[in-house]
This record gives sequence, structure tokens and C-alpha cells, in this order.
Amino acid sequence: MAPRGENLIRARVRAPVAWLFIGAFFAVAAAFMVAPTAMLAVQSIYGDDGFTFAFIASLGDYRYRVAFENSLILSIASATVGMIAGGLIAHAVLRPGAPTWLRSAVTSFSAVAANFAGVPLAFAFIATLGSLGLLTTMLKNLGIDLYAAGFSLYSIPGLTLVYSYFQIPLMIIIITPAIQALRPAWREAADNLGASPGQYWRMVGLPVLAPSLLAGWILLFGSAFSAYATAYALTSGNIGLVTTEISNVLSGNVMEEPGTGAALSVGMIVVMVGVLLISTRLGRRAARWTPRR
Amino acid sequence: MSAPNTTPNTTPATTTPARPRPPGFGLAGWAVLLPAAIYFLLPLIMTVTFSLWEGHGQYGFAAYRALLGRPELPTSLLLSLELAVATAAALLFLLLPAMIFMNLYAPRLRPAFEFIATLPFVVPAIALVAGLSALFTGPDWLIGSPFYLVIPYFFLALPYAYRALDVGLMALDLATLTEAAQSLGAGMGQVIRLVVLPNLRAALVGSLLLTLAVVIGEFTFANVLLFRTFAVFINQVGQHEATEAAALSVVSFLITWGAMLGVLLVGRGSAPVAGAR
Repeated sequence: MAPRGENLIRARVRAPVAWLFIGAFFAVAAAFMVAPTAMLAVQSIYGDDGFTFAFIASLGDYRYRVAFENSLILSIASATVGMIAGGLIAHAVLRPGAPTWLRSAVTSFSAVAANFAGVPLAFAFIATLGSLGLLTTMLKNLGIDLYAAGFSLYSIPGLTLVYSYFQIPLMIIIITPAIQALRPAWREAADNLGASPGQYWRMVGLPVLAPSLLAGWILLFGSAFSAYATAYALTSGNIGLVTTEISNVLSGNVMEEPGTGAALSVGMIVVMVGVLLISTRLGRRAARWTPRR
Repeated sequence: MSAPNTTPNTTPATTTPARPRPPGFGLAGWAVLLPAAIYFLLPLIMTVTFSLWEGHGQYGFAAYRALLGRPELPTSLLLSLELAVATAAALLFLLLPAMIFMNLYAPRLRPAFEFIATLPFVVPAIALVAGLSALFTGPDWLIGSPFYLVIPYFFLALPYAYRALDVGLMALDLATLTEAAQSLGAGMGQVIRLVVLPNLRAALVGSLLLTLAVVIGEFTFANVLLFRTFAVFINQVGQHEATEAAALSVVSFLITWGAMLGVLLVGRGSAPVAGAR
């Protein structure tokens, strides 16, 4: 028993160092993550004259209502596109007949594209489909004038097209483990019982995948909702999104008090907390079908 | 030309109706993948072509040469690289030891760690920067230095780095390993350096490469706090010089690609995702 006792003593002697590191981590998190968030909450209900609901009420102003609407539409649209397209692509390359090279090509490309976002992505699309973009000009020479037909990259549909470039790969990455967990035995059992592929998907495949698909959708929603750089570089803040409106207040582009920016931020945080709560709940349900390792 | 229009048939389309399943990839598979390939590759091809355009049907490397002539290119790229290294150091010396010690001595604190690691997801980058600038108006040596950005970048990388390290640490029987090493006379420093770190290599290299990709592309914090990092430089160039901006997009795609290739080679093929978009 002696060495074990000695170890315990040693452990206790080392513990102060351990608490130093753990304490430092908590201190940094408290000072630079929790405190700024709390500061936003305070700022959103305290003005120069003390307590006020004016800032929260200003979220109902036309300008900010539109911003929240735009952000929600863009997030819902791009998350839905990402979920459907990403799910279909992941399913296609995970099929037994799919060549292995294709599978690894899609996996690694997804990793790159999901992380290729922000300003460079915006400029890649401006070079392609901007009003003077290469594809726009080429199609124009062929007699197809996209911008005359009502398309614009600098609009909500245009932003959806750009956001899909990171949303689809994000979904492929998120959904792949869930599709891999679909057991071939289920498919075979359905086949043996005379089910058509459509029936298999309607009655077995999709119900099993549904929580993972929805959890993925919610993560995509969150990633689009909090996106700022892509939209800013693409539209220079001309399309009101919640993120760009916050930055307009911060940089003094609009004559608004900081309290308005804080109220907008608090509104975003509330939406994101809701998103997280739903996704954890769904994630727990999805875990039922993934094999225990 | 958006992706959903290209895949009009939903679920049933992806499976071939024939009962004895054909070994091939099938028409349905290509019907999904071909439009996707066009959507994903076309912007890249167009951007590369655009970056080589010199006007009047001429193609060449003029945009790249013009970029190299800009003094802000090396300074902004260097600043972003320095910030990436500093953020990686913060993860190594602040997050990693705290996580190891939490696992060893205070597993009851795990929910608190999980909570902190989730916060950056709930508080979007633009909201965090609003909070930071409301709270900290000084001292100047802190908020005036570009290395102030390391603080938000640490939290930007935190959710992914925490997840990766947590998976790595859970796979180790940390208590037994530590006890074994200590009974052989190792101190805590030696335990971490010689036993824990080598076992966490894949998780660590993966997190650090991802941090590199995220920090180099990060725009939100740097733009609002007015520091001239690589992404801010790209945006600035892009407002005036379209071909040079395309060239910079190509360069930053290659940087992301290199970092991800490293992650995939080191890790076991699971693709990481992080950062603010």
C-alpha cells in the first residue's frame, strides 16, 4: 500500500498547479466570454437615463424587423438547401456501388469547402456570378442575361446560393456518420418483405434519419444565422441582416446608440440558445440508433 | 442554377429499383453528383480564370504580380500567421493543461467545461465583438495591439479544439497512465510531455491546423476592431481590384486546402468544421 499512498500525496502536492491551470481557464472564460455577454444584456436595458425598454422595443422598428426577417429567411433557405443537397450527395457516395476514390474525394473536398467561407468565398462568387462575373458575361454572350432576368448575387436568393457553398459540405460532414449507421439488415428485411425502395425510405430510412437530419438542419441554420463576413463582403452591408446591422451600429455607420446594437446581439443570442436547445434534444434522440462503441 | 433545382427527385431517386442491386454506381447517383460537381467546381474554375485575366483577351499572371508588389500583402499575411501561432499557443498552454487536470483531479467540473465550450456557438462572433468593445475600452496596450485578437480567436477555435481534445483524452485511461508513470518516478511535467502529449498527437495537430485555417480567414473581429489582417486586406483589395481579389481568393483556397489535407492525413478521415463565416 505504500507506493499508492505516496502517489496520493504526490497527487495532492501537484494539485495546486492543477488548480492554477483550471482556474486560469475559467478566469479567461469569465472575463472575455461571459462578462462581455453579460455586458450586452446590461447595455440592452440600461441607457443614459437608467433602466429602459427602448432598445429592446427598437427591435420592432421597420429596419430591424426586416433585418431579422432577412436573416431568418436566408438561414432557413440555405439550411434547407444544404440539408437536402448534402443528404442526397452523402447518400449517393455512401452507396455500396460507389467507387472508393469518389467517396474520399467528396469527404476531403467537403472538409475544404466547409471551411472555405467568408471574404474569399464572396469574391470567388463575385468573379463568377457578379454583375461583371465571368459566367455572367459568358452567358450574356450566349444571349442569356441573368441580371436582366431578375437574378442578382447581391440579394437574398444570391446570398442563399453563396451560403450553400459551405452549407452543403457542412451537411455532408454532419450526416455521413448517421447514414453509415443505417444497418444493411434493415434494408434487406424491407426488401424481403416486399417493400419498394420508396416504401423503405418512407417507413424505415427517413424516420431513423429524421432526428439527425433535423439536428443537422439546425446546426446549418445557426451557421448561416451568425455568418457575417460573407454577407458583408458581398453586399457591403446593403442588405440588412442582423449581423451586418450590428456591425453598422458598432462602426458608427448609423446614428444609433450602442444599446440598439446590444439589443440586436441579445436577440441573436436568444435565437441561438433556442437553436442549441432543440438540437441537443434531437441529438439525444438520434443517439438511439447509432451503434454503441 | 442552385443545387436543389438540380435534384428534383427526392429520396426514391437515389436508389435503383432493381431488386438484385447492380454493382455500379447507377444513373441516380450521377444525377445527384454531376450537378453538385458543377456547382462546386464552376466557381473555382471561374475564379482561377478570372484571376488570370489581363483584359482584352489576354491571360497571364499580372494580378498575382500586382499583389506581390503590394507592401500590405506580406505584412497582413505575416500578422495573420503570427495570430494563428499565438492562438495555437493559447490553446496549448491554457486549454490543454486545464483539460488534462480537469480529467485527472476534477471530473466534476466537466459540465462547466462543456458549457464554456458551447458558449462561442451561442454567442455569434459579431455579438461577442460587440460585447468586448462595450466592456473593454482600455488599457491601450491590450486593445490597441493586434494580439488583442488572440482572445476572440481562442474562443473561435475553442468548440472544435475542445471536442477534438476531449475525444482524444477520453480514449486514454489518464488516471492509470499517470499513476504508472508516477510510480516509475516521473513528475507531472514529464507525464504530460512524455505520456499524454504523444497520445494526443492526432487531436492536437488536427486542432492546430484547423486553428490556422480559421485564423487566416477570420474577418469579423479584425474588421470591427480595425486590425489589418489577411482577410481584411483581401476585402480591401476586392473593393477596387476585382482580378486581384480573385487571385487572393485562389491563394486562400489553397491555404485552406493545405491545412485540411494536413488534418485529414493526421486524423482518421473525419472532417473538421469550425470558425465564423
